[in-house]
Amino acid sequence: MGNNEGKELMLGNKAVARGLFEAGVCFISSYPGTPSTEVTEEAAKYDEIYCEWAPNEKVAMEAAFGASLAGRRSFCAQKHVGLNVAADPLYTMSYTGVNAGLVIVVADDAGMHSSQNEQDSRHHAIAAKVPMLEPSDSAEALEYTKLAYEISEKFDTPVLLKMCTRVAHSQSLVQKSERTVPDFPYEKNIAKYVMMPGNAKKRHPIVEARTKALIEYAETAPVNRVEMGDTKIGIITCSTSYQYVKEVFGDTVSVLKIGMTNPLPENLIKDFAAKVDKLYVVEELDPIIENHVKALGLTVTGKDLLPMIDEFSQNLISDAFGKETGESLSIDDPIPNRPPVMCAGCPHRGLFYTLKKNNCTVLGDIGCYTLGAVPPLGAIEMTLCMGASIGALHGFNKVRGAESENKTVAVIGDSTFMHSGMTGLANVAYNQSNSTIVIVDNSITGMTGHQQNPTTGYNIKGDPAGKIDLEALCRAMGFERVRVVDPYNLDECDKVLKEELAVSAPSVIISRRPCALLKYVKHNPPLKVNTDKCVGCKSCMRVGCPAISMKNGKAAIDNTLCVGCNVCSQLCPVGALEEQVKEVQ
Amino acid sequence: METKNIMIVGVGGQGSLLASKLLGHLLMSQGYDVKVSEVHGMSQRGGSVVTYVRYGDRVYSPIIDKGEADYIVSFEILETARWLPYLKKGGQIVTNTQQIDPMPVIIGAAEYPDNLVDKLKNSGANVDALDCLSLAEQAGSAKAVNIVLLGRLSHYFDLPEDAWMKSLEANVPPKFLEMNKKAFELGKNF
Repeated sequence: MGNNEGKELMLGNKAVARGLFEAGVCFISSYPGTPSTEVTEEAAKYDEIYCEWAPNEKVAMEAAFGASLAGRRSFCAQKHVGLNVAADPLYTMSYTGVNAGLVIVVADDAGMHSSQNEQDSRHHAIAAKVPMLEPSDSAEALEYTKLAYEISEKFDTPVLLKMCTRVAHSQSLVQKSERTVPDFPYEKNIAKYVMMPGNAKKRHPIVEARTKALIEYAETAPVNRVEMGDTKIGIITCSTSYQYVKEVFGDTVSVLKIGMTNPLPENLIKDFAAKVDKLYVVEELDPIIENHVKALGLTVTGKDLLPMIDEFSQNLISDAFGKETGESLSIDDPIPNRPPVMCAGCPHRGLFYTLKKNNCTVLGDIGCYTLGAVPPLGAIEMTLCMGASIGALHGFNKVRGAESENKTVAVIGDSTFMHSGMTGLANVAYNQSNSTIVIVDNSITGMTGHQQNPTTGYNIKGDPAGKIDLEALCRAMGFERVRVVDPYNLDECDKVLKEELAVSAPSVIISRRPCALLKYVKHNPPLKVNTDKCVGCKSCMRVGCPAISMKNGKAAIDNTLCVGCNVCSQLCPVGALEEQVKEVQ
Repeated sequence: METKNIMIVGVGGQGSLLASKLLGHLLMSQGYDVKVSEVHGMSQRGGSVVTYVRYGDRVYSPIIDKGEADYIVSFEILETARWLPYLKKGGQIVTNTQQIDPMPVIIGAAEYPDNLVDKLKNSGANVDALDCLSLAEQAGSAKAVNIVLLGRLSHYFDLPEDAWMKSLEANVPPKFLEMNKKAFELGKNF
């Protein structure tokens, strides 16, 4: 046991935010995405830092670039797939370099706890030719954030700071220090910052020379650390994999911990390899370090022993290296799964029920409403990436024509629509498919934990901000048919949906009601089952509400969950689901 | 000291974050190295959720693996059964007896297993099961289930009551402190 005086138990993402504060960062623009969201949310708690939610990652990164250009340390954060959206500015920012330091968090999600794919963001660092640091706990997250600004300014480059779910969302001890704010004057420099062919051709050799200088730096950088133990086994590792290796082996093997995964050192690796009998690479997802080691002509064991799929754990490492793991207990009964579900009172439920009832083909998007794909609703038939519902619907309708136009819809949330649905809508308006787009407007970015967006009228601090009017926007894009429905009203939803599918024109239906979890949303008392009337037909259960179950052949309402939204009662043929008067609570 | 492992399991939305925050604070105050791991995002929407709390002289991995947990603190009995394989041989379970049907059970695609407390005991686990919801309501709020569970967990820890109370004071709003202290005592002395 040690002395924890002056230390704080801090979430990895919060430690990055603390690092941003201490590094004197003045500007942050991000789009939320699990597991990166808390970096920006925590940074917004420092009055000294300007923070904002941008409509998408590309805009956020461009804004951060502008702030760097103007001479202040700046930052943006996104999840792994968000970096794909922001890849365009990133790859050319590599050429222009920076004025004040610019650091970009990209948070990977090995194990796909809350993501649509399991891509390894280290590929972006290699392809964009920018350095990448990878912390393995909160203390390193803070320390590496500050180091990233030094590297950014010394080598004139944006720097990627790669987090992963287990570093971003675990708390460990950190030591805080003071904030210092550097200032860099803005100077006009067309050759450096205007990337037209003539200038870019002159910048590319500078990028290649920079990579050579960074490799030189990597050879002795303190973040690439050798921990010699027994020399029979030598393990090169990084990020959270380092923690699993140390958990299993302690100090009994030799470890080369890589803190900067791009560019990788050469001599440091060769020297380490020469000191050990057998060389391993332990890294999650793709064999990035392994391929580099092989390219150096060394013999190494990596992905032939460890998987490319899912996240690692200490037992996975133990099993791979033939070490024993703890005995475990079990019972014989099958344990039913507990998948995530739409919350009781979720405004999306009534809409998806209506789409299913009308036998619609639903092309979905990214957000809580992706849960419209799971039983019993099972309405969504495609989910790809942010904004894809509208883009794909247009193509689907163009090749299938009238047979799909009157039964196929895109469903997209308000935040996702602002992120990258608008451009898809422009395509429908411009190239004219008779598509029906449903914007499920719950007045917040829900899935990532309630972030404001350009349609909500509030900024990241909860203060009043600009508010984009969705109806006016759709009309301005050329949609003459823009309808607004309340998803708690099933008859209204059904009627409007049928009308808009039938009409031979592009149309937008805005299904509008705030997320039931928002603090300002007032709930009704829970419904009450009149057991004399209930015939046990299970009609109410077709909406898949977690507050409804069957007990002794009758519907039963969980009072702790039900918010009295009354969607289920509209399905009851005998009127057995009754409202309670407010005084009852 | 060898690293000790506590798992907090339950259903998304049941309030396990306060429990892990309080434990983290408590263990840090005792001078341990501490790591706490949670998962945010989609699984919070009524799914099965787990938080890992690890403490000792030097903690490396942020997660707990099968056969490693010294304690499983559970908000819901089906979740206790789901995470049972993570319990170490000789480890202790402290569980709420509350049942919350998952969607496959609600729609009739699966059955909720019966007599889970007995089955858990028969598996060889040390099981301390209590109706935390009733005790929490007795203390003044159904939301205090987490504090009832921690009160019960404190029974198995060799830490002064004073340290627990300090962590409680540091992590709950003053106006709910007395109610939470009562919930803690009801769990502890059950």
